[in-house]
Amino acid sequence: MHIIDRRRNPRGKSLGNRQRFIRRAREQIREAIKNNLRDRSVKDSSSGEDVVISSDGIHEPRFGRDRTAGQHERIFPGNKEYLEGDRIPKPRGGDGRGNRASEDGEGEDDFAFALTRDEFLDLFFEDLELPDLVKQKIKAEKSPQPQRAGFSITGAPNRLSLVRTMRRSLVRRVALGRPGEDVLAQLERELAGLRDGSIAPSDGRSAEERIAEVETALERARGKRARIPFIDPVDLRYRRYEQVPKPISQAVMFCLMDVSASMDETMKDLAKRFFMLLHMFLDRRYEHVEVVFIRHTNHAQEVDEETFFYGRETGGTVVSSALHEMLRVVAARYPTADWNIYAAQASDGDDVLSDVPRCASLLEERVLPICQYMAYVEIGRDGGPPGFNMQRDSDLWTGYSPVAETHDNFAMRAIGEPRDIYPVFRGLFSREGVEA
Amino acid sequence: MRTTSGLLYEGADWNFDTLQRTYDAIEEIGTGELGLDLYRNQIEVITAEQMLDAYAGVGMPVMYRHWSFGKRFAQNDTLYRKGLRGLALEIVINSNPSICYVMEENTMTMQATVLAHAAMGHNHFFKSNHAFQSRTDANAILDYIAFTKRYVARCEERYGVKAVERVLDAAHALSDQGVDRFGRRERPRIGKERERAIQRLEEAQADYNDLWRTLPARKARPEVDLDEEAERRSLGLPEENLLYFLEKHAPQLKDWERELLRIVRNMASYFEPQRQTKVMNEGCACWCHYQIMNRLHRQGRIDDSAMLEFLHLHSSVVFQPDFDDRRFSSINPYALGFAMMRDIERICTEPTEEDTAWFPDIAGNGCPVETLRRAWTDFRDESFIRQYLSPRVIRDFHLFKIDDDGESPELRVAAIHDESGYKRIRRSLATAYDPATDLPRIEIVDADMQGGRTLVLQHTVRDGQVLDALETRRVLRHIAALWGYPVVLCEVDADGDRVFAEHKLDSEALMA
Repeated sequence: MHIIDRRRNPRGKSLGNRQRFIRRAREQIREAIKNNLRDRSVKDSSSGEDVVISSDGIHEPRFGRDRTAGQHERIFPGNKEYLEGDRIPKPRGGDGRGNRASEDGEGEDDFAFALTRDEFLDLFFEDLELPDLVKQKIKAEKSPQPQRAGFSITGAPNRLSLVRTMRRSLVRRVALGRPGEDVLAQLERELAGLRDGSIAPSDGRSAEERIAEVETALERARGKRARIPFIDPVDLRYRRYEQVPKPISQAVMFCLMDVSASMDETMKDLAKRFFMLLHMFLDRRYEHVEVVFIRHTNHAQEVDEETFFYGRETGGTVVSSALHEMLRVVAARYPTADWNIYAAQASDGDDVLSDVPRCASLLEERVLPICQYMAYVEIGRDGGPPGFNMQRDSDLWTGYSPVAETHDNFAMRAIGEPRDIYPVFRGLFSREGVEA
Repeated sequence: MRTTSGLLYEGADWNFDTLQRTYDAIEEIGTGELGLDLYRNQIEVITAEQMLDAYAGVGMPVMYRHWSFGKRFAQNDTLYRKGLRGLALEIVINSNPSICYVMEENTMTMQATVLAHAAMGHNHFFKSNHAFQSRTDANAILDYIAFTKRYVARCEERYGVKAVERVLDAAHALSDQGVDRFGRRERPRIGKERERAIQRLEEAQADYNDLWRTLPARKARPEVDLDEEAERRSLGLPEENLLYFLEKHAPQLKDWERELLRIVRNMASYFEPQRQTKVMNEGCACWCHYQIMNRLHRQGRIDDSAMLEFLHLHSSVVFQPDFDDRRFSSINPYALGFAMMRDIERICTEPTEEDTAWFPDIAGNGCPVETLRRAWTDFRDESFIRQYLSPRVIRDFHLFKIDDDGESPELRVAAIHDESGYKRIRRSLATAYDPATDLPRIEIVDADMQGGRTLVLQHTVRDGQVLDALETRRVLRHIAALWGYPVVLCEVDADGDRVFAEHKLDSEALMA
């Protein structure tokens, strides 16, 4: 008998099967994700997802009998009171004894399982692309970065590759027959032994003869060691780097939100969900994403996330103050050459009437030229059925509309209910030609 | 035999030493006293996650890739994580050497039980039972599966994952109909399969010559006018093995697609004996672990606490919920199998008058182990129950027979555990395990190879049990995908004069 410990074997043996399964059930899974985004709390945006999908498309049909037709006989255990010839009314629907229904696998049962975080995000953002990638690429070539490219025989000492160098040194020493420490040590031991008489030459020669022989051998070995260096300049190898242009993979995301009294908790929550989606999305595209929260009433300030969503503030509404604040932060901390800048503005559309034209021109002349993309989402006022709250375009909506028409990197959408968020988000970022 | 030699282990923890020591003691009892004939054992320790992997791959250590295995994994994984389902303590593979997976989470007593159950009971059953011996090739199975995995991967690379999936989906839908139930063909020599398949691939490559393309088309050959009967004979109709027929005769399949069908067919026939002997196989394994663990305890080699743990484990394995219990789903093969083995043992040693009347050939013969071993060799579930289910077991289980007429709003109790009912209950239960009746009997009866190429299938309806129409349509769609032309399935009764239903998939449906 053998006992084999397989516990250390590579994990995830069925990964290939899982990928095939998820590809197969993709449509249903996407549908499920869309549906339970509604119930999802913002905090677990980074965890996996339990999804329940209908089993069409992943059903495996087999020839089977129709349980409701024809004569069947079955044997059951545990008779308590029945006698031969007794008649029993059929349980519900003539079927459903025990869990026979699931045994049959009608094919319309729901199928529940858990997606990992990566699988979830992959499906979640499938077919979504960052807008304006052209500009990003042009920018990218400006920032070359060193990348490993083999080895060279010259270089700065700090790039010395010890492993390569020692390997070549070993090859050379072996090839040229450089005696090692152990050979010397053995000869020296023998010499010492012969001198004090503890060892006698094995072949019957005199000790003196053997001493002379060992001394010559020792001398030759020492000489060889001196002539053949341990490390020779020809052994040296250095790591070589090439300058490769790298895309800038950092982005900053500005979240602008109106926190004046007209924005209630539900509206803020909707905005928060939208920001959360945007953040998850950017996080997947860039190595490093920073988020700047700017809230405004009649004046704007940069705040932390907690204050942004939960802080209380009252006052009027001057939207342009937020845009000014954003420009200030960009100028201070995020040089446009090094950062991809995204902005998302959420508001209920209220603004002091005189401020609207100011916002539009500010947007057009100063904000949009430095942004990769800017999205304006207007949060529905009373959360009534969609359409009802659109009876009159808001001030800001009216003011922004002409800008959206002339600028590709600016988009605006209205959100009335949580279930609108995902479609709106997909609408904003859909790849060219792919319907959301 | 040593009567006592100290405890094999103490406490719940195990290590490789105790595992080895316990295995040796168990094997000594198994091969000595019980006279078991074993393949060499290979015990592999795995984690829970690996156990889930093994579940997904239908218990095999490697398996080709297919989404349905991923589905099964996702399902089991969810149930396991939510704590709705425990994992099997062990999986054993009918191969030589016999591979037995044990989980690292098991306690030492569980490991000992598992060794006695799988490495002794199942192993012996695999090696000696007639169904396994005549249908499976334990020496070659592991190599063959490794080969199928590579072969399917190669097909995926060459022809695309989608194309392979299409064929495998269809083949899986037919795998119940991919087995020779009546054993006409000799068992597949799967050891030779690999060479054959590789040859097939290579020939296809060697035969390829671009020049063929440039030849002018030959004039159509004058049709050979085979009469229908001769043609049907040449196709070997009627044919119950749908996968075999499609592999050999489907007009449009490529060679690699035929090979995929063959792989699914070979796997189906490899698993067929396990389906046919579920009760006996588990009964044999349970009886072995019960005997061995009791013997170890009597010898003083496991302590009382271990014995209590074992009894708890054992009784939950062989537990049979009553029909009106929420946990009931069907007759537990472990429970029925174990009860019948114990009962045979009892009949051999302490027969009652009833037993002498029912089982004159074995009652009181005094050699229970030999009698059991003979039964394990020669029977499968259906014949075993027909032969050995005694009134005593029927009484213990309180078995009763229900007749369900589709039309009637009531069920009828047709027999209970009394003098007049024993025989009918036994016959009915045996029939339920009969491979010839537990699956619908579907055959290919006609294939028009000249004209419209319609494939005609026939379901022989027994007792008015027709097929589930929706499922049938789905499976027919798969058959049509392989066949490439219209497919018809008629449901007729055994005399062929009453037609219950006709399911048709014509060319338009094929395109859709």
